[in-house]
Amino acid sequence: MQDKVTNVLIVGVGGQGTLLTSRIIAQVAVQMGYDVKVSEIHGMAQRGGSVVSQVRYGKRVYSPIISKGEADIILAFEKIEAARWLDYLKPDGMVIINNERVNPLPVMSGKVKYPDEIHEKIASLLPRTVIVDATDIAVRCGNVRAANVVLVGMLSEAIGIPAEEMEKAITEIVPAKALEVNLQAFKEGCKLLN
Amino acid sequence: MKKLLIGNDAIARGAYEAGVTVATAYPGTPSTEIVSSIAQFPGVYAEWAPNEKVAMEVGVGASIAGARTLVAMKHVGVNVAADPLYTFSYTGVNGGLVIISADDPGMHSSQNEQDNRGYGRFAKLPVIEPSDSQEALDYTKLAFDISEQFDTPVMLRLTMRLCHSQTMVETGDKQEVELKPYKKDAAKYVMLPGFARGRHVEVEKRMLKLQEYAETTPLNRMEINDTKLGIITSGVPYQYVKEAFPEASVLKLGLVNPLPKELIKSFAARVEKLVVVEELEPVIEEQVKAMGIDVIGKEQFTLLGEYSAEYLKQKLNGENGAEGFGLEKEVPARPPLLCAGCPHRGVFHVLRKMHLIVAGDIGCYTLGAISPLEGMDTCVCMGASIGTAMGIEKARGAEYAAKTVAVIGDSTFVHSGITGLVDVVYNGGTSTVMILDNDTTAMTGHQDHPATGFTITKQPTKKLDLEKLVRAIGVEHIRVVDPLRIDELEAVLKEELARREPSVIICKRPCVLLDTTPKPTREIYVDTEKCTGCKLCIRVGCTGVSFIDDEKKAQINPGCIACGLCEQVCKFNAIKEVGVQEDAGQSN
Ligand SMILES: Cc1ncc(C[n+]2csc(CCOP(=O)(O)OP(=O)(O)O)c2C)c(N)n1
Repeated sequence: MQDKVTNVLIVGVGGQGTLLTSRIIAQVAVQMGYDVKVSEIHGMAQRGGSVVSQVRYGKRVYSPIISKGEADIILAFEKIEAARWLDYLKPDGMVIINNERVNPLPVMSGKVKYPDEIHEKIASLLPRTVIVDATDIAVRCGNVRAANVVLVGMLSEAIGIPAEEMEKAITEIVPAKALEVNLQAFKEGCKLLN
Repeated sequence: MKKLLIGNDAIARGAYEAGVTVATAYPGTPSTEIVSSIAQFPGVYAEWAPNEKVAMEVGVGASIAGARTLVAMKHVGVNVAADPLYTFSYTGVNGGLVIISADDPGMHSSQNEQDNRGYGRFAKLPVIEPSDSQEALDYTKLAFDISEQFDTPVMLRLTMRLCHSQTMVETGDKQEVELKPYKKDAAKYVMLPGFARGRHVEVEKRMLKLQEYAETTPLNRMEINDTKLGIITSGVPYQYVKEAFPEASVLKLGLVNPLPKELIKSFAARVEKLVVVEELEPVIEEQVKAMGIDVIGKEQFTLLGEYSAEYLKQKLNGENGAEGFGLEKEVPARPPLLCAGCPHRGVFHVLRKMHLIVAGDIGCYTLGAISPLEGMDTCVCMGASIGTAMGIEKARGAEYAAKTVAVIGDSTFVHSGITGLVDVVYNGGTSTVMILDNDTTAMTGHQDHPATGFTITKQPTKKLDLEKLVRAIGVEHIRVVDPLRIDELEAVLKEELARREPSVIICKRPCVLLDTTPKPTREIYVDTEKCTGCKLCIRVGCTGVSFIDDEKKAQINPGCIACGLCEQVCKFNAIKEVGVQEDAGQSN
């Protein structure tokens, strides 16, 4: 087992399922025998606000939260959320962005423009940026809501978690009725980085 | 086997293992999951109390009757429960009682960040602080033993990071704990002055005994490493200290009131530089300084918000954190908002339109205060709206009352709004009070309350009838309206504001997120030929409708549930129902 702590930041918009995703990743780390800590946001922040879940695992984990510049990987369910949390990434870290746009209120009301090219800017700053149409893939698998798990597949490949372990974790966490679609979405996600 | 649990679930498990049979709470982030989780265990009576004071009093009764009892609330809830709590400290317990105070440094979902360790000193209670879920479970069990051993309620002080972080937990077996025999003992439980004087003596004796206990309890421990730097800390900040300074020596306090003075002295003597790391108030620091020990504390660290390992390194080592890319400055903010179809939106749309002074309250509807609705003038604490409106009226006269409303949620009204309304009626106020009855406590995750007609375990129960209640208080003008029928709401408001008598408008429509709320049966769209781009619909601030800049037209978004608000607001009939033919003969 490696000594170093792996840090995964999962960011998105309240209601996009960051909590479920962090629980899948935490579960896989538990299965692999690591010490694990997960920090979640409940309450007010869930009402469509910007949300973050943090998963840390390794031989021994102290702080439940990740410091700036320490995340090995960021999973972003929405484009500008990737930008908002980017400072938490290591310089050689990886950011996986779902090419999804959810307009925040100031944009909906026409006060501010949505920076549509923001993911390109991120890619120019960070060589390890991956942008993916996870929502489309999830729809093809049978449910939009499985987009998160497409990203989990990519994460799995990126940090070298055996697919069987991750499938076991998904089976553990995802409700039975959505399982098949999610497992399919996971497989599709794995393929994307191959 | 070890498993991951959030701190709150670990506490529930700990309480169950400790043989708790009565658990009571009023919801409040970050404490809510504790009692909803205990309710799942067999053999435990769990309830949502109407407010924290009642929860505390139910706890007092259960403890005196001999049961191990848990009472849970968020930090500001302890203010509400403080009256029974302070004097229960005098009577002491029969069955062990643990009161949970879930604090919120950083105010992730609270109106202040008071540090409730202060209650320990003020109310003379032992205060225990865990630093992860395992300790949350273990310390909860120990807290019940301490409560019974020292005849005192025990406060378990948590912070949001403990409550809502999952860490590894090894669970144990349930202890079989008998109910303690009940014995009438007026000198202990009837706090007449004569008896209370006797009890105060006991309280002071107890504090001395606890002081001794603090020196040897396993809750406090020294971790001696490199002695150049010694850090005294407790709770989640302990984890930040270990992360930031793995080499340092640490005095980790699990019992933060009373403090182990001898242990602190001997730790101080062993290290070169002594630092206290505690979020919010200098509770430990001031006591250490009062002992004449030189220690670094708030001259280095902030009184505000949460700490982190990164912050500690920066403050103690002068390390600058990662430089970053600064992209967050280029992206628009994403504040939380009312859901698409939320009944509260209708209310705030009308209030803004009428330019009223709005004495607000706490709940999802407080989001009506932010742009673009901006429909609230004040919000202080739960239940404050009605008293505040009365104060505005008494300060500025009845004319002001004619343009002032109090806005309060159903759960909040039951929690602590009722007495405010009694004051209005009793003292001749003319306030117009709007009760936003969405049939749930939405803000904290949809808990039931007395006016929903269901208990914590979803058992049907007698439903508190708000209309009858308000009438019994003496309000003669009670109106019930659908908050999403905005013309009607506006008309009713005008009538009731004009009246020089108290009135209550019950805005009745269930929260859109409730499972029992009917799902939409229709769809709407924007007729781009009719849309003039006036943005009136945008000003209702709904995620269901947005403005397309390039085309200067509104657009209905996928999240829309066709609640009809933007349809009603549109002056050009540009928002229409899918599949409904326009009446050709329609006149203007
Ligand atoms: C003393 C106190 N207890 C608990 C809370 C947490 N809290 C804030 S608002 C609220 C109730 C919200 O319910 P309701 O008034 O029905 O409004 P809704 O959210 O349903 O719109 C609660 C429990 C608090 N802020 N203060």
